[in-house]
Amino acid sequence: MAAGPQPTPNSNTSTYAGFGIPLILPAWVIIGFFLVVPVCVMLIYSFLTKEFRGGVIWEFSLAAYDQFFFDRGLFGDEAPKIEWTYISIFWRSIWQAAVATVFCLIIGFPTAWFIATRTGRNRSIWLFLITIPYWVNLLIRTISMKFLIRDNGPMNELMLSSGLISEPIHIINTNLAVQLGLFYSYLPFMVLPIYAAVERYNFALSEAAADLYASRYVTLTQIILPAVKPGIIAGCILVFVPSLGAFLAPDLLGGAKNFMIGSLIEEQFKGAAGNWPFGAAASMILLSMVLVVLTLYARQQTREQG
Amino acid sequence: MASKNLDLRRFPGFLPLTYLCLFLLYAPLIIVMIYSFNDSASITRWDSMSLRWYQEVFFGVEAPKFRTATFNSVTIALIAATSATIIATMAATAMLRSGKFRGKSASFALINLPLMVPEIVTAVATLIFFSAIGFKAGYLTIVLAHIVFCIPFAYLPIAARMQGIEDTFEQAAQDLYATRFQTFRLILLPLMTPGILSGFLLAFIISLDDFIITNFVKGAGVETLPTAIYGAVRQGIKPNIMAISTLLLLVSVVFVTLSYFVGRMGEKNK
Amino acid sequence: MPENDNIAVDIQNVTKMYGAFTALKDVNLDIRDNEFFTLLGPSGCGKTTLLRSIAGFEDITKGAIVLYGQNIANLLPNQRPVNTVFQQYALFPHMNVTQNVMFGLLRLGQDKATAKARVGEVLELVQLTAFADRMPSQLSGGQQQRVALARALAPSPKVLLLDEPLSALDLKLRQAVRLELQQIQQQTGITFVFVTHDQEEALTMSDRIAVIEGGQVQQVGSAREIYEAPKNKFVADFIGETNLLDVNVTDLAGGKGSCILPSGAQITCPAADGAHAGPGHLSVRPERIAITTAGGGLVQGNASRHIYLGTDVHVEVTLTDGEKVTVRMQNSTQIQIPEVGQAVGLEFEADAARLLVD
Repeated sequence: MAAGPQPTPNSNTSTYAGFGIPLILPAWVIIGFFLVVPVCVMLIYSFLTKEFRGGVIWEFSLAAYDQFFFDRGLFGDEAPKIEWTYISIFWRSIWQAAVATVFCLIIGFPTAWFIATRTGRNRSIWLFLITIPYWVNLLIRTISMKFLIRDNGPMNELMLSSGLISEPIHIINTNLAVQLGLFYSYLPFMVLPIYAAVERYNFALSEAAADLYASRYVTLTQIILPAVKPGIIAGCILVFVPSLGAFLAPDLLGGAKNFMIGSLIEEQFKGAAGNWPFGAAASMILLSMVLVVLTLYARQQTREQG
Repeated sequence: MASKNLDLRRFPGFLPLTYLCLFLLYAPLIIVMIYSFNDSASITRWDSMSLRWYQEVFFGVEAPKFRTATFNSVTIALIAATSATIIATMAATAMLRSGKFRGKSASFALINLPLMVPEIVTAVATLIFFSAIGFKAGYLTIVLAHIVFCIPFAYLPIAARMQGIEDTFEQAAQDLYATRFQTFRLILLPLMTPGILSGFLLAFIISLDDFIITNFVKGAGVETLPTAIYGAVRQGIKPNIMAISTLLLLVSVVFVTLSYFVGRMGEKNK
Repeated sequence: MPENDNIAVDIQNVTKMYGAFTALKDVNLDIRDNEFFTLLGPSGCGKTTLLRSIAGFEDITKGAIVLYGQNIANLLPNQRPVNTVFQQYALFPHMNVTQNVMFGLLRLGQDKATAKARVGEVLELVQLTAFADRMPSQLSGGQQQRVALARALAPSPKVLLLDEPLSALDLKLRQAVRLELQQIQQQTGITFVFVTHDQEEALTMSDRIAVIEGGQVQQVGSAREIYEAPKNKFVADFIGETNLLDVNVTDLAGGKGSCILPSGAQITCPAADGAHAGPGHLSVRPERIAITTAGGGLVQGNASRHIYLGTDVHVEVTLTDGEKVTVRMQNSTQIQIPEVGQAVGLEFEADAARLLVD
């Protein structure tokens, strides 16, 4: 998941010792100034008052978070009840992301296993085939998925004309469409970590299990899955987290009825209906959720290696 | 006995699922490619092969818009990828070749940060930030935002390659009176070239393909290719969209293939 | 052979610590001008650390490294007029042989023409003139090693450091290269500091050897001195083979001491410099012991094992007190090798033995 190999702790590769700080400085400047600072500013903005037509008034206010969690009635003067609208959007996003993750797992695990058990050049070819679609622009991929599954799209056309069905299957603008879109966007992220884990799997363990009368599927569930669990977990995280904040799949495939977090946030920054502090607040909540997941993951990693 | 039964690597059902996986991944793209050659204006019926939509993309009514958008995308990608590659190379040298220094582990987290933060959060934060400091949204804001998320992608192949080069070459160079700058320039950099090139290509394609962050920070005046396509799609999928999509698809594939082979080239030379 | 007493490298009280671990403990060494000097010891003893300290790739914690009168301990590697032949050669893979060999010369500011001429000279010295345009990947291991040597010699360093340069070569090649290295050292007159764990290499090539163990110099001397007059148990045991009998050392005087053998016989033999009265060892090399009739000789015992080595047979004899002694016997038709179980006596000259303490 991290970018590149970890630097070795006792590294005596210190050819350029003393130049470490000047060399890393540009990265700090760019990422610090254009990511870290903006996130902090966003945090501040979530506590400001909204300006109509976008932007903010520099006045402290909890209105954004309040609007998210509480319903104070049409005129804002009733006793606060839990506001379920936004919470349900978040909940639905979690659900959609989870379903997409499961889809990816069901299809991705056998695929990863299959590829990892190919030999030599075959393996590279298969890997290549699996990753090429990922490198196509996400927008293009989502558009093509939309094109494919629409009511009068090629998929329905084909099935209608071949007599398989008598009426077009309505997938577009449903939950399923969004889940398909998410699956399509992030599948390689599930396949690659599992592939890496299976590649490192010691097949002597399977042989030992077979020697002790285990069936193929017992071996799978009791020996193989625990062994490649780190890869599976990494793959799930790599699919779940981006799916949570996804925008294109719900927007292009889900339509108005399938609002997810991404669409909710995007809406806050569009034109007159925008509510910047609210958008900032929603983003902060999303970010916190992601950080929680990542921290749990990191902690589990260190525990397992400890 | 047939080794098929005893092959512990085989699980019945996995092969069909793999083919299904491939089918699911490629079908939408292939369909789009096929239909981009459809002569009919209707996107539901297949008429006959024609390059009509490609002609329209390059010479039609909307062509100037897409041309400008493409120009923007390519130039932004060039600037962002170059900057990111330079910054990532320096960062990799710091992380892998400069011993210990204060803030080293924090630096590692920093380089990975753009990958951890959800894209939409980055987009919102960047938009808010530029607005807060009064920096007008436009070409420059896009470039700056792109450099940020290109850095980790450039860093990946560069660091991997650097990790694989033993430091004895640099020691030998210093033993032969090279200053550290000469060592970097004459020994490390040439040996790293495949990784740097690979990182550049990766960063380029990532920048070219970006939609969400670009859409947020671009303001009203500038369009990149993805945002232009999105805008057009909002009005309904027209065939020329599919033609553009096919073109963009092919460009991406070519670039990634190049990046892969460039990276491999270095391995063979060692 | 060094003709003068000029000190090329004076290692003064050098200590090197990695955190709590001491790699070099107060090392003192003089390496003479025009000498082929070897650092010999088992792996982990600190010989490579010492070599790298001279080259500048390790910082020393304490002490000084004086090169022809100048302390270089605080200089960067590229400021020291010494050059290294690396164990894995470290030839720059993206440069051909000429460019590799020319590298140091260009960094020193020579113009290309002069540098190229020098490269020609050096390649002739190592007999690789025909390979000047090849890339390192096109060379065999032996050829790569010679390029590494040429590259390090080209800048005419004051001292040449060689870090186990022969360890990657196969046996026959190693023996040929040993000879060549010696010849090159004599021809160029450059001081060579050579690191190896292979005794045969050290004994055949060096003017002087420093035996190193546990980060400390155990003994410095010529091959003969080290072999015949080891200063302590480690050196006696590490160089060649020896038998060590536990004895009590008494009556030390004039470089000799007395001890009582397991048979009860008393002998007086040479004692090492650091010897003192009390428990110690008697060191006798297997080839200095002769087998005589049972009951005769200085000690008695039973032949317990044969080890057949082709030209020799090593006979292990268990003494009356249980200690085991190895005797080297030539495998010839004229020499009668005792059967296993046969009672024998062991004879050796007192002067061939040595009294040691640890």
